[in-house]
Amino acid sequence: MSVELEFIDVVKRFGDQTVLDHVNVTFAPGQTTVIAGGSGQGKSVAIKLLLGLMAPDAGQILIDGVDIVKINKKELNKVRAQFGVLFQGVALLDSMTVFDNVALPLRERLRLPEEEVKVRVEEGLAQFDLQGEGDKFPAQLSGGMKKRVGLARAMMLDPAVVLFDEPTTGLDPQITMDIYKLFFDTQKQHGFTSIIVSHDIPKVFNLADRVVVLSRGKMATFEQPEDIQHSTDPHIMQFVQETMGQVYSSSHEFSS
Amino acid sequence: MVVDGVVRIGRATIYHLRDVGRMGGFLYSAIAGCFARPFRFKEVLRQIQMIGVNSLPLILFIGLFTGMVLGLQGYYTLTKVASEGMLGMLVSLTLIRELGPVLTGLMVAGRAGSAMCAELGIMRISEQVDALECMAIDPFRYLISPKFIAALISIPLLTVAFDLIGIFGGYLSGVVLLGVNPGAYMLGVENKVDNADILLGVYKSFAFALLIVWTGTGRGYFVQKIKDAGFGAEAVSRVTTQSVVYTSIAILVWNYLITAVCL
Ligand SMILES: Nc1ncnc2c1ncn2[C@@H]1O[C@H](COP(=O)(O)OP(=O)(O)OP(=O)(O)O)[C@@H](O)[C@H]1O
Ligand SMILES: [Mg+2]
Repeated sequence: MSVELEFIDVVKRFGDQTVLDHVNVTFAPGQTTVIAGGSGQGKSVAIKLLLGLMAPDAGQILIDGVDIVKINKKELNKVRAQFGVLFQGVALLDSMTVFDNVALPLRERLRLPEEEVKVRVEEGLAQFDLQGEGDKFPAQLSGGMKKRVGLARAMMLDPAVVLFDEPTTGLDPQITMDIYKLFFDTQKQHGFTSIIVSHDIPKVFNLADRVVVLSRGKMATFEQPEDIQHSTDPHIMQFVQETMGQVYSSSHEFSS
Repeated sequence: MVVDGVVRIGRATIYHLRDVGRMGGFLYSAIAGCFARPFRFKEVLRQIQMIGVNSLPLILFIGLFTGMVLGLQGYYTLTKVASEGMLGMLVSLTLIRELGPVLTGLMVAGRAGSAMCAELGIMRISEQVDALECMAIDPFRYLISPKFIAALISIPLLTVAFDLIGIFGGYLSGVVLLGVNPGAYMLGVENKVDNADILLGVYKSFAFALLIVWTGTGRGYFVQKIKDAGFGAEAVSRVTTQSVVYTSIAILVWNYLITAVCL
């Protein structure tokens, strides 16, 4: 069930701007990797590359050993069928209710009978604290509610790979913790491979297996979240200092 | 300067070739999507409601007035050669062969074609199309093909409605208002309209239906790939306007070509 994802020498440019510069990284099967990095460093672009929504300018993107850059639409669809995805902007279908949005994968992919769809959607909504919100339309939800509907939709089909772009941005600390708890509990049960783009430093760092910091087109992997503090790369050090300075400053010095 | 010009022409040519290629691939995928399972029967019905049923009042209104004015103008022309008896034939042939399909096409392009384009354009820029793709749900089968099927069913039927009420409109102004013999009018309609005329009208309405739904959905789907359209809401509005203009031009040009070939 576990799937390995890999970037090999991936380059992504937009005009003169190089967002990913010969990036090599492996997302090990069954592990949770957090991608961190400053705004505009290319985290969302990396997710879109993994989804095959953008093509890299060079390099390979392997999902379970298959280079998704080279395969056709049908094969790509098979790969995507294992994904549970949350976009940064959530991208709910805005002319359908919350219920129908969450039911979509069940109806269109599994083609379950309506009674079963109803049971499973109610269950999914409840998990994300959305009981009774099924009849609302996305435009009638708050930003945090939209995120939770997106999460419920992404988790509906027990994905083998979970790609979440900022799942908890805009949620209060209590719900953020609830969601991470739910997420890591499910992860333990199902053993899916997951990549989470997150600014929830250090909460999610401590829960994750590995942390990848994206900075100036390069990705640096840290097997232990604590290792980040020992990095010698000046950009990474700067990022760590700027974002986590307070968190670690009590026990470590960066200023030298 | 000369080199600049050549480069520009070259770029424009490549862009347009690509655009044609994209639209060709789009048509192929949309047709393939009509046969993909599971078939979205309810969505097709919903689209028939939007494209067909909701356009019906407008089509009936325009059809009635077109027929009425044809009755007046036809009567005026035919009295000059003392053949008012031919009014039924004139009105019905004009409507069935030309005005019915063309005016219905233009109206539906403005009403439903633009709506489809805006809908898909917004879904594209708000990443809803991407979201469908990432859920391994084919956006063609799910979103686009039902519109194709609905348009190909609704628009020919709207054309029939237009023709019928137009003939009635001609009757109103010719027979009721100007006193043409009712028997002569109806005889002209019944005897002088043959299968070839009806078939021509049917061909046209199918062709226009395809043009409307293809341009409308295709332009919306590719909203981010269209040169000089800008970004976001502005791009959607520009591309929507553009799609109605293109569809209208295409309908008029195709109308001429089909007529020329079939005459
Ligand atoms: N479609 C696009 N066309 C041109 N440039 C793009 C496009 N998508 C992203 N970029 C550029 O790529 C860079 C990385 O964008 P990305 O959305 O991946 O940032 P991010 O790391 O997710 O930031 P944030 O944390 O703010 O979401 C940005 O400089 C952005 O301007
Ligand atoms: Mg982002």
